[in-house]
Amino acid sequence: MPYWSPLLLLAVVVAAIVAHLALPSVRPWLWKAVAALGVVSLTAHLYLALEWAPPEQYMSDVGRILYVHVPHVWMCLLAFTVNVGCSIAYLLKKSWRSDALAEASAEVGLYFGACGVLMGSIWAKPTWGVWWDWDPRLISTTVMLLAYAGYLALRSFTDDPERRAAWSAASAILSYISLPIVWFSVKWWNSLHQQQSTPDTVDKPMTVVLRWGAVTFLCFLFVFIVKRYELARARQEGALTFSMPAAVHPEGIENVGMGVVQGGWEYVYAAYGVGLLGVVLYAVSLVVRTKESKT
Amino acid sequence: MTSELRNRLLALGAILVAGGALAWVAFGSIGENLVYYWKPSELLAQGDKAFGATVRLGGVVVPGSLDTSNPASLRFSVADSHTPGDPSVQVVATETPPQMFREGIGVVVEGHFKEDRHFHSNRLMVNHDNNYRAPTDGGSLSDEAWKGSLSQNN
Repeated sequence: MPYWSPLLLLAVVVAAIVAHLALPSVRPWLWKAVAALGVVSLTAHLYLALEWAPPEQYMSDVGRILYVHVPHVWMCLLAFTVNVGCSIAYLLKKSWRSDALAEASAEVGLYFGACGVLMGSIWAKPTWGVWWDWDPRLISTTVMLLAYAGYLALRSFTDDPERRAAWSAASAILSYISLPIVWFSVKWWNSLHQQQSTPDTVDKPMTVVLRWGAVTFLCFLFVFIVKRYELARARQEGALTFSMPAAVHPEGIENVGMGVVQGGWEYVYAAYGVGLLGVVLYAVSLVVRTKESKT
Repeated sequence: MTSELRNRLLALGAILVAGGALAWVAFGSIGENLVYYWKPSELLAQGDKAFGATVRLGGVVVPGSLDTSNPASLRFSVADSHTPGDPSVQVVATETPPQMFREGIGVVVEGHFKEDRHFHSNRLMVNHDNNYRAPTDGGSLSDEAWKGSLSQNN
């Protein structure tokens, strides 16, 4: 696969996002096209990630979890960045659209972050040897997700729309400081989690598949945020009309020091299962809630 | 106070608090006080104070130091880095290591440093670095080279 193919896909998706923002007339159907593109590129991604890409030299096939874990976390950080942007925008210039987009991006970001952490935990077991350990990266990520869960709880507990928008925007700005801490945690402190990879530390075909995965999940990020935003707007309109104006080597010692994971596909399937099931379940929850909001 | 003025003050306050908190984490002394693991040099620098307490030790398994002759305990040395001559600590581990464990890989072990100058560990974790390479390695492989290595493995 040529190295520019994820970039081409990215250009298409970014063009769609810009068109969606700039042209109200395309909004009723463009998200469907992006959703369809997401399904197609997810199908391609499964082939590229599970079959086409080479295994990692030490992690073997378990290394393939890279292609879903990292894109999910990237989408989480991107969504939270949209959230803080909208929150600041709301405080500077009151706009219910900013408030709705902030709510949508926080929830979708939390979804991607939770999936990313779950996938990372599944990946950790066959590589690090543990499902979880309280290293700086994992602590800071947990704090970040809890902060955004708290943000969403704050939103649902406050009835007055104006107070909800203002105070949740302030708490969104405070929550956002967890992002740089998560990002730099692996540089500032000794950690079990490795530092960020760069194209220099990742073989070229792996980099291409990783980027393809990122653009694939960007499609879902966009569609989820658009639909969740519409849900938030519908709720706002409803509300506004009312209220407003240790064992001893049981597995044998002969394989110790080989340094290569044996098998491990069950972990790969588990991590991809989280991604696929997550996409389907989150889409279903949006459909159900949209229907509920209309009745 | 109008709601617009209140919102702007809220924004200013939140950004100031957020920036201050971030600066405190980034540039304050929290970095020295939060320790996930000690490197061998840091453990040895503690002197007698290091004995007994449950701590984590992190570093690189010294090539040539792995001893699997005793099925009840794995022995190896952990050094600060791959540089030869770096400070190192002898580890006695009783847990089955993860499959990726090998000489030269990063590890984090949890346990006690005892007076016999050995680190006795009951929890052994592998610390993978940020390199992802196709099996035959060699840095930049051509597409044909790694596809060939794939078919050999299958």
